Amino acid sequence: MRTAFINTLMQLAGEDERIFLLTGDLGFTVFENFRKQYPERFLNIGVAEQNMVGIASGLALSGKIVFIYSIVPFLTMRPFEQIRNDVCYHNLNMKMIGVGGGYSYGVNGPTHHALEDIAAMKALHNMSIICPGDPLEVKGAVKAIAATNGPFYLRLGKSSEPIIHPRPFLFKIGKGIMVKNGKDATIISTGNMLENAMLAANMLKQKAVDVRVISMHTVKPLDRSIILKAAKETGIIVTLEEHSVMSGLGSSVAEVLTESDIPKVLFKKIAAPDAFAKMVGSQKYLREAAGLSVKAIADAVIKLFNKRAKVKKKL
Amino acid sequence: MTLEIKKLKQRAAIIRREIIKMSYRARHGHIGSALSTVDILTALYFKILSINPKRPKADNRDRFILSKGHAASALYVVLAQRGFFDSKLLENYLVDGSVFAAHPSFYGIPGIELSTGSLGHGLSVAVGMALAAKYDKKKCRVFVILSDGECDEGSTWEAAMSASQFRLDNLTVIVDYNELQAFGKTKEVMDLEPFVDKWKSFNFSVQEVNGHNMSQIINSLKKVPFKKGKPSVIIAHTVKGKGVSFMENKLEWHYNVMSEKQFTLAMEELQ
Repeated sequence: MRTAFINTLMQLAGEDERIFLLTGDLGFTVFENFRKQYPERFLNIGVAEQNMVGIASGLALSGKIVFIYSIVPFLTMRPFEQIRNDVCYHNLNMKMIGVGGGYSYGVNGPTHHALEDIAAMKALHNMSIICPGDPLEVKGAVKAIAATNGPFYLRLGKSSEPIIHPRPFLFKIGKGIMVKNGKDATIISTGNMLENAMLAANMLKQKAVDVRVISMHTVKPLDRSIILKAAKETGIIVTLEEHSVMSGLGSSVAEVLTESDIPKVLFKKIAAPDAFAKMVGSQKYLREAAGLSVKAIADAVIKLFNKRAKVKKKL
Repeated sequence: MTLEIKKLKQRAAIIRREIIKMSYRARHGHIGSALSTVDILTALYFKILSINPKRPKADNRDRFILSKGHAASALYVVLAQRGFFDSKLLENYLVDGSVFAAHPSFYGIPGIELSTGSLGHGLSVAVGMALAAKYDKKKCRVFVILSDGECDEGSTWEAAMSASQFRLDNLTVIVDYNELQAFGKTKEVMDLEPFVDKWKSFNFSVQEVNGHNMSQIINSLKKVPFKKGKPSVIIAHTVKGKGVSFMENKLEWHYNVMSEKQFTLAMEELQ
């Protein structure tokens, strides 16, 4: 995802001289080419994220389109108030690029895990949040946010994520993408859980459960219509995210459903627990421990599917 | 004293009276903090800054950030006096539904470059503006007033370090060093000394002035950058509440609201 990001940004920077890239001393083996090609528009601010956000704000107030980059907690939480006052209050053209969504930084431990960032960023006025599901979505997202005025938080995984989309698609901010159609249940996934969502859907196909998969890359503003349509048509909604169960995508979808008048929708949030990881582990290990494995997802869908079948039988 | 300096001093006196009137009418504090910055703001807006009140967003304008946003009343009066908007509008200071809050907002007030109020933000944003000006090869300069209290903020020093790293000689910091912060003397709360040495060690070129001596302020501001390739800082030694005897050097005038008697007395002293 990092590679998809920087390659797209390189291209955009060639077309638009207003684009700046700021980093908090990160980007080894990622940003060297950008630095070489656009040395005046690449600024390493050092290990000083509050200052990075402030400087980005000054540049944006002077008409620049500013991308800032760091590992998610250092990007979103250390300078939270600068993001709130300088960026969001002034509605500046600043794009925060967070690397390491969820447990991407696995064995680096909880200081580097990103499980509360969507909740934190969601609370900010004027902030839009995009969590691409695969490198193709990253490409679409980077182009879209560069072309759209205002603050954005782009939450990336790390490196070597697979391409998931089986066919070309149009990336539109605030519009979820139906990656796979289905009639029995819907998995609404955000970020790099899309891979597991698709694997779970394929696993369920063998059990004759036809699952729809939606990549909800934009968490804010949320695509209500695709949620409501899926609720009406499939009756089962399962949300999936590599983020704390507190105030992530699942909470937002739950709000949409409870405020709607669609009766008898079965709903389940699959997300990381509201807890720091208790043990050391790779991303794969920590996902499994957190109940985010393909099997756990498939089991959750089956459970709701059987529950609904039972209710239908009674009627 | 030259005629020009005399006129600037007269202007500062008018501004002080307007601040007192506004604050009395609004029954609001922060008066000491506002009075402390008046002479510096007057020097900037009536002599130093290259600005056009008729074109507040002009591309090549000098930028000014009041990082100590709690002195907003002083900035409002200065902007009105300089012609950015009608002074009459300031009757709405802190009135429900108006744009004039106790901390300045970017929205709805011509001439405000940055909404401030939370301390430790202004210098970083100023660094960004100075970088943009350098990149665009514009002649515009960036000035920022910091309070002494906000030099407790780590972010202020992150910004200072980066200003010299990027050789921003188009950036000038003025510290309103009245030695009183929100809950005590700076010396007792969080001592900034050796203050000049701190800035020097962050690779700024430093001058010290009496922040109420108009000639000194002007002379110093005229000379920036003090050194090519380096950001400048002016440590302005000031008096909190300057101009009103019962407010001078008194911590409580960070908060107090004037009684009718105090208002009359203050206005008499500022004649």
